[in-house]
Amino acid sequence: MKQSLALYLRYVSIHIKSMMEYKLSFFMTAAGQFLVSFNVFLGMFFLFQRFSTVAGFTYSQVLLCFSIFLMEFSLAECVARGFDTFSVIVRKGEFDRIMVRPRGLIFQVLASRFELTRLGRMLQALVMFWYGVTRSGIHWNGLKVITVVFMLTGGTLMFCGLFLVGAALCFFTLEGLEVMNIFTDGAREFGKYPAGVYGKRILQFCTFIVPYGLVQHYPLLYLLDQKRGIVWVFVPLLACFFLLPCYGLWRLGVRRYQSAGS
Amino acid sequence: MKKYLSFFRLRFIMGLQYRAAAWAGVATQFVWGGLLIAMFRGFYVTEPENFPMTFQATVNYIWFQQAFLALFAAWMLESEIFESIRDGNIVYELCRPMRIYPLLFVRAMAMRISRAGLRCFPVLLFAACLPKPYGLSAPDGPAAFLLFPVSMVLGLLVTVAFGTLIYGVTFFTVSPDGLRLLVTSSMDFFNGAVIPLPFFPERIREVMEILPFAAMQNVPLRIYSGDLAGAEALRAVGLQCFWLLLLMVLGQTVMSGAEKKLTIQGG
Repeated sequence: MKQSLALYLRYVSIHIKSMMEYKLSFFMTAAGQFLVSFNVFLGMFFLFQRFSTVAGFTYSQVLLCFSIFLMEFSLAECVARGFDTFSVIVRKGEFDRIMVRPRGLIFQVLASRFELTRLGRMLQALVMFWYGVTRSGIHWNGLKVITVVFMLTGGTLMFCGLFLVGAALCFFTLEGLEVMNIFTDGAREFGKYPAGVYGKRILQFCTFIVPYGLVQHYPLLYLLDQKRGIVWVFVPLLACFFLLPCYGLWRLGVRRYQSAGS
Repeated sequence: MKKYLSFFRLRFIMGLQYRAAAWAGVATQFVWGGLLIAMFRGFYVTEPENFPMTFQATVNYIWFQQAFLALFAAWMLESEIFESIRDGNIVYELCRPMRIYPLLFVRAMAMRISRAGLRCFPVLLFAACLPKPYGLSAPDGPAAFLLFPVSMVLGLLVTVAFGTLIYGVTFFTVSPDGLRLLVTSSMDFFNGAVIPLPFFPERIREVMEILPFAAMQNVPLRIYSGDLAGAEALRAVGLQCFWLLLLMVLGQTVMSGAEKKLTIQGG
């Protein structure tokens, strides 16, 4: 375990070094990432110039939700970007090489990419987070801080799970499935509002099928004292269980894998 | 003229080949449209008095926007063209006995129309079948019905003219990525792709409506459900014509300037 971690960090430092060879391009891409989600923020900002609340949430509360969700997504993208471009690995036959190396498959795919440019988005999320924390009128205490930490953990792992599903599907289709973007990019786009805003059906979907709601809607209600009881602190961690079926699908894919490329 | 038409046909048929990608696009557009409507519904049920359009008009706006995404999406520029300007392959286009500006213009039109043609019908059909107020409704009277397609074509032309202008400017900068990102993301914001323009505060909206970006999808989609009607609608269509002319003249000037002192990169 310790050895793997050291190796992973070594990979990361190599990736960062190679990125820094193209500094201008790095900052351009980071700025681009920033701009794209900044648009989403601006849209929200102007909507709240007109409306004071949505489904009981105020602007700063929604902003807090958006910032935490964006952090989860950016963290997951930073780390698990290798899964996002996995179709290339499969199609070029690079996965054969990965399979013969004496390390875990998932480990190697994770280590194959490290996307530091997502920091542009992270920076924005941090600014919004700060604003949300100070303005949303939440009475902070130890349990609530832990809730936020659990939200970040659960959410990041959930997104990693989604990226893993996308990668696993490549074994069956050989091509990246664009439809998966609905669950990743779509979540980034629409996860800015707590899932409850979209109505009951969608909240149910976000609770039981893909647990977006577990890492934003419910814990947010707890932070705002609208849900009471220590149970809600641990709800975001339930999202981690989403990794299990994702991992199952990955294993199934690996077993079915018949090599491709040349 | 004939050569541009046949070039259009060629690129159009080429665009029609990407059918699997189109189905993925259709699925995405369904979900996007549905979620956008659910989101606006969230705002509508909380504070209906602050809603600047009727709810039905907003729903129509969103469904048309999703169905015709390929016609109006700012970011749908062809990276192939940017690449060829950078690596020098653009000479093959410049060698043809055609002007480069109309060539790129026609090419962008063909790309957008073929993509939209593949995607729009399932989305529109689905949206028309949804129950009221979440589905697509009939246009707001015969005037809207007649003006809508006219304004739609103008909107497409303005979008394409703007895109071609960006291609033109690219000839002067070797690395266009930054410019391209900045322009396309601000375009998305100003043309009403992020939120429809009526949702902006009054003051800001008044300025935004004069800009060329408002002459793209904003006008046709609002004419359809009567949010823009009468003299206001005619003025908006007039503004579309004005921006189209200006952008085309500008694009043509930039391109012929580029043609005169062009350095081909690569070999």
